[in-house]
Amino acid sequence: MQNTKIIVGLGSCGIAAGAGKTYQKIETLIAEGNLDIKLGKTSCVGMCYREPLVEIHDATGVYLYGDVDESRVSEIIEKHIREHTPVKEYLVKTDLFPTPDDTFLKDQVKITLRNCGMIDPEQIEEYEARGGYEAVKKITAEKLTSADIIKTVLESGIRGRGGGGFPTGMKWKFAAGYPSPEKYIICNADEGDPGAFMDRSVLEGDPHTVLEGMIIGGYAIGASDGIIYCRAEYPLAIKRLNIALGQARAKGYLGIDACGIAGFNFDIHIKEGAGAFVCGEETALIASVEGRRGMPRKRPPFPAQSGLWNKPTNINNVETFAGIPWIILNGAEAFAHYGTEKSKGTKVFALAGKVKRSGLVEVPMGMTIRDVIFNLGGGIKNDKKFKAVQMGGPSGGCIPEYLADTVVDYDSVTATGAIMGSGGMVVMDETTCMVDVAKFFLDFTCKESCGKCTFCRIGTKRMLEILERITNGEGKPSDLDELIDLAQQIKENTLCGLGQTAPNPVLTTLRYFRDEYEAHINQHKCPAKVCKKLLTYSVNEAKCTGCTVCARNCPVNAIDGERKKVHSIRQDACIKCGLCFTKCKFDAIELS
Amino acid sequence: MRINRINKKTPTIDPTVSNFSEIDKLLAEYKGRKGTLIPILQGVQEILGYLPPRVFQKIADATGIPVSDLYGVATFYAQFRLHPVGKLMIKVCHGTACHVQNASAVSSAIEEALGVKDGDTTADGLFTLESVACLGCCSLAPVMMIGSETFGKLTGSEAVKIIKEIRQRETSTTADLVNNK
Repeated sequence: MQNTKIIVGLGSCGIAAGAGKTYQKIETLIAEGNLDIKLGKTSCVGMCYREPLVEIHDATGVYLYGDVDESRVSEIIEKHIREHTPVKEYLVKTDLFPTPDDTFLKDQVKITLRNCGMIDPEQIEEYEARGGYEAVKKITAEKLTSADIIKTVLESGIRGRGGGGFPTGMKWKFAAGYPSPEKYIICNADEGDPGAFMDRSVLEGDPHTVLEGMIIGGYAIGASDGIIYCRAEYPLAIKRLNIALGQARAKGYLGIDACGIAGFNFDIHIKEGAGAFVCGEETALIASVEGRRGMPRKRPPFPAQSGLWNKPTNINNVETFAGIPWIILNGAEAFAHYGTEKSKGTKVFALAGKVKRSGLVEVPMGMTIRDVIFNLGGGIKNDKKFKAVQMGGPSGGCIPEYLADTVVDYDSVTATGAIMGSGGMVVMDETTCMVDVAKFFLDFTCKESCGKCTFCRIGTKRMLEILERITNGEGKPSDLDELIDLAQQIKENTLCGLGQTAPNPVLTTLRYFRDEYEAHINQHKCPAKVCKKLLTYSVNEAKCTGCTVCARNCPVNAIDGERKKVHSIRQDACIKCGLCFTKCKFDAIELS
Repeated sequence: MRINRINKKTPTIDPTVSNFSEIDKLLAEYKGRKGTLIPILQGVQEILGYLPPRVFQKIADATGIPVSDLYGVATFYAQFRLHPVGKLMIKVCHGTACHVQNASAVSSAIEEALGVKDGDTTADGLFTLESVACLGCCSLAPVMMIGSETFGKLTGSEAVKIIKEIRQRETSTTADLVNNK
């Protein structure tokens, strides 16, 4: 039992799945059994679908167990620790023999996520033990200049991972070109895209790599201060960043002559965002850091020339910074070895929705969407039919099944009408209504519009009203042309990325799923059976037990029937609220 | 734009005086520093649970920022509340992954069980129901957060069951406190 170590994954999603209780239970069992075992913490390894995850290191190897709730803990401790027999049915990964989950990890290449789930994010020593802060040491040892670093970053071909896809090296070059005693480097950690959670995972799992990336960027552009603009909704990420900042300062990586580089006085602070999607836009983010309403402004001047407090400012995303130390340490070629001609390296995707294995995956650019969903993601939940994948969140679009062999790189994804965005991939099956999805995103952008540009403020509202009409069965054939017309005007007449991309979810669904829109408008039908107002509710006579629950709950008394006799719904009175459907315990209410 | 939140009825409860001394401390801490308005509002909300009208004048006096600007910022960001909330926030996630996995059924089941609409507080002041954009736990969709605890892979009835359990726990602790007095 000597040198046995148990590590529990304590990221936000692990904790949500009950990892905190699992940890406590193991702690209690170790104490009660007086076991000679070290208990440690790590963060998310990306296999969110098997959380809580527990890893056991012993003399024979490394074993990763999945779905370890409190009840499984006792069994695993009893069998694996006391009897030295691993519990095969709960094993997710081990080097000793194959498991069904191996395909999730096999084709992944981990650069950004290299330490996530491998180290205790609250211990700087564990980061250092895996090559952490070696990149900044390389700067001093090899006397690398700002120009050397920018050259490496340029040659690596890394492009902004927040969604913009602008070459990072180029951005740094611009920022370096405006000398100023006060200059800022900002990490955009305001991950507002609903359906993406890679930044959260990196900040929670490996905060030091983000700090190291920012230190390197700060040195390269000659910054005086670093700021991490993080969502307030990510309390664990903020907590771990604060711990990491304290440790980095104590070790001299931050502060006066940071990292031992004479004259490089650089520190990093956290600014908590207050919840506004538009603050992902650079100039809006800057306004928010300054304490104002987060509204974008016209460019030029670009932030590289005049940004925060009118000083030169450079903004990159969490994932971009997280890759920088690896690039400096391993060289531009090593990074550019992965990927396609115009999109180099790897990209992290947050796989979610109707996919069997949801979680975080990091794959080389150029893998097909189909491979990501079916090889890594294991296919569609309940073996339903794959319909589309939503990429790029509210700024992106839905890519249909027949384009699933599109490779993931910036340009190929953009060609479909979607965007790479921050890397959210929400998988949809035959039970997802594409008009409803378009409405969902429009509702989001409409609320999140800052209100500055008329076309965004009012245009998105008008588009939303049309979509609401269509999903309520009150659509007109002319609505589709009107949607396209409005979309075009919004794209052309708005200042920032939010407005310019807001119509994308509507445009892509209209392009690929026009028949669904037409079914809603012309036949008053929702093919995916999602839009309530277009459904007919009826009682399955074989299943109805006459319990009267539906009749008692119907707000308009449209259900007739006596106790213990089959009930029926009067269609002319039914308002299609769906209450009977949710209330029936016998699945006797049917939709058509 | 989030315009609905401005026009709701004015709160009736006013914060106690003791809380104001904490706010004075907070304002003193940020005095003279630039770009601190959002942290100040966040700090005040942390202390009082929301931003009552009286506080705006206080912040304006201390910082020199006009009240109109303060309201501008407070109504711009989703995090700030101008109305008191219940003891526990029920945040139902309506991110993309949750939406396609029927988060609206979770919301409507809770609305029905508690008899409140999105954004409202229950009569006993225990819960405030709120839809949020994304909690970042997409793999556990649909998700809700009550207080600081997250619950995943929900259905409407499961969500209601969890809330009922919490209500029972909360009311029994209150009863215990009363009995012990």
